[in-house]
Amino acid sequence: MPRQEALTVRQSQTESKQELYNFKNKRVSVMNKLMPVLLFLCASVSVLTTIGIVITLITETYQFFQKIPIFDFLFGTKWSPLIPPKSFGVLPLLSGTLMITFIACLVAIPIGLASAIYLSEYAPKKVRKVIKPILEVLAGVPTIVYGYFALSLITPLIQKVFDSAGVFNALSAGIVVGIMIIPMVCSLSEDAMSAVPRSLRDGAYALGATRLEVALRIVVPAAFSGIVASAVLAFSRAIGETMIVTVAAGSTPNMTVNPLDSIQTMTAYIVQVSLGDTPHGTVEYGSIFAVGMTLFVITFLLNILAQFIARKFREEY
Amino acid sequence: MEALININKLNLFYGAFHALKDVTLTIPEKAITAFIGPSGCGKSTLLRTLNRMNDMIPGTRIEGGLSIGGTEIYSNEVDVETLRKKVGMVFQQPNPFPKSIYDNIAYGPRLHGITSKKELDEIVETSLKSAVLWDEVKDHLKRSAFGLSGGQQQRLCIARALAVNPNILLMDEATSALDPISTLKIEELVQELKDRYTIVMVTHNMHQAARVSNQTVFFLNGEVIEYSDTEKLFSNPADQRTEDYISGRFG
Ligand SMILES: Nc1ncnc2c1ncn2[C@@H]1O[C@H](COP(=O)(O)OP(=O)(O)OP(=O)(O)O)[C@@H](O)[C@H]1O
Ligand SMILES: [Mg+2]
Repeated sequence: MPRQEALTVRQSQTESKQELYNFKNKRVSVMNKLMPVLLFLCASVSVLTTIGIVITLITETYQFFQKIPIFDFLFGTKWSPLIPPKSFGVLPLLSGTLMITFIACLVAIPIGLASAIYLSEYAPKKVRKVIKPILEVLAGVPTIVYGYFALSLITPLIQKVFDSAGVFNALSAGIVVGIMIIPMVCSLSEDAMSAVPRSLRDGAYALGATRLEVALRIVVPAAFSGIVASAVLAFSRAIGETMIVTVAAGSTPNMTVNPLDSIQTMTAYIVQVSLGDTPHGTVEYGSIFAVGMTLFVITFLLNILAQFIARKFREEY
Repeated sequence: MEALININKLNLFYGAFHALKDVTLTIPEKAITAFIGPSGCGKSTLLRTLNRMNDMIPGTRIEGGLSIGGTEIYSNEVDVETLRKKVGMVFQQPNPFPKSIYDNIAYGPRLHGITSKKELDEIVETSLKSAVLWDEVKDHLKRSAFGLSGGQQQRLCIARALAVNPNILLMDEATSALDPISTLKIEELVQELKDRYTIVMVTHNMHQAARVSNQTVFFLNGEVIEYSDTEKLFSNPADQRTEDYISGRFG
């Protein structure tokens, strides 16, 4: 009897051991299998949307180029899609877009970078704590507000300085697009700089570097790939910006290098046509897809360039 | 041995926290001084006052005297960058810059205005030789410093500090992140360097202090309990607390 008891005890011990080491929990394994599927579906939403957009762009653009030779589109210097004699040379829109982008980057990158350096290397903690959220709020201001800011404040100022400046001009719009993207440049570069480890700064300080030397010769190079990424993002934001240029830069497709002239950007043109009563299926209608496609290709190439630069100059730490 | 650094009734506060209390101490020239004591007793804090790295920490306040070679380093006329050039520092974790081996060493000299390639080449070579790293890296100076092992990185950091031609070298637990063989190499290196440099090192390893240093300082709770010749301190400490610590009864 005692022997049997001992045996059962032993048996129950082995049983509990089995329970203890039971790794086959069905419920969890079902969840584990289901979760990736669910997450994959969520991820596919954005991928599918992108694919849909690209397909629409491509088919419409293709149809447009059936009617207008692609060469005339890419190298034509006259853009007059609505008023005869009709002409579909995209260069004036492209030059308008690039001028706005150039002015905007000229404003945003130096100021954004300088403020990022200030925030990450000089500002006391308290100041940073106040300024960072303000920057993020600024980045959320609707762009139409910036458009009116350009028209009602910056343009009159420009007109005071330059007599020849029109009510609608590229300079005003460019500057304000620049102001709009400063927070983004600043915030992203600041993130990249703050991620540079303290120990690198200490190493440089211990060699007798000043704050500025540490900022420019340690922190900026170490954060360079992040800074490039922020600059390129700024560039594509500027290229794609619509409201400000529609409001402040006018709607005159103009092949000019004078920033005081009125111009039209690609995005502003797309808005103009979409808002008008251009019938579906016409050449004018097709032209907005061709322009959209051009924009898409440019930003796409830019992103690739950015990744290339970021990889090439990456300093690991 | 002549005293190079004179610390007189030095008090340091991190905000309200009294981290160094009436520290009085002399550190001899061209010798190795070791700081020992339990964690949090203020060894790193005192080390960082010697090149004013504490300036960087907001809310730090310092009272008392600290002179190096007769100059009060906390007086207003002192240029902190020049001071740090003369008082080099090596940290606990190797912290090479994300640059090539060459550019790591050349960083300091370039900072202080040396641009000639020939001069820089020379400095890089002599510094790396002083840090006993030259033979291992001379054929790939252009490679990233991150490709080096931990011990090599730490010697690179020592070379980097030597490249600006300091007189004093501060080392804060410079071997604690390293394996025994790298540690030994750096200890040997420090022995060699002491003929030319005044070295102050913080260590948690009492054997290291006993092996390497000429003078040892024992800290407890922000106070210097006792300092003397290393041999004397370890064989015949004057204070009971020192005795307790070195015999491993606490800390
Ligand atoms: N930046 C700081 N702000 C506030 N208190 C600090 C700061 N740095 C250190 N302390 C405090 O000062 C005291 C001394 O710190 P310190 O780093 O000098 O100690 P330590 O002797 O080097 O210790 P360990 O051996 O662990 O490195 C500790 O109590 C620590 O908490
Ligand atoms: Mg310490």
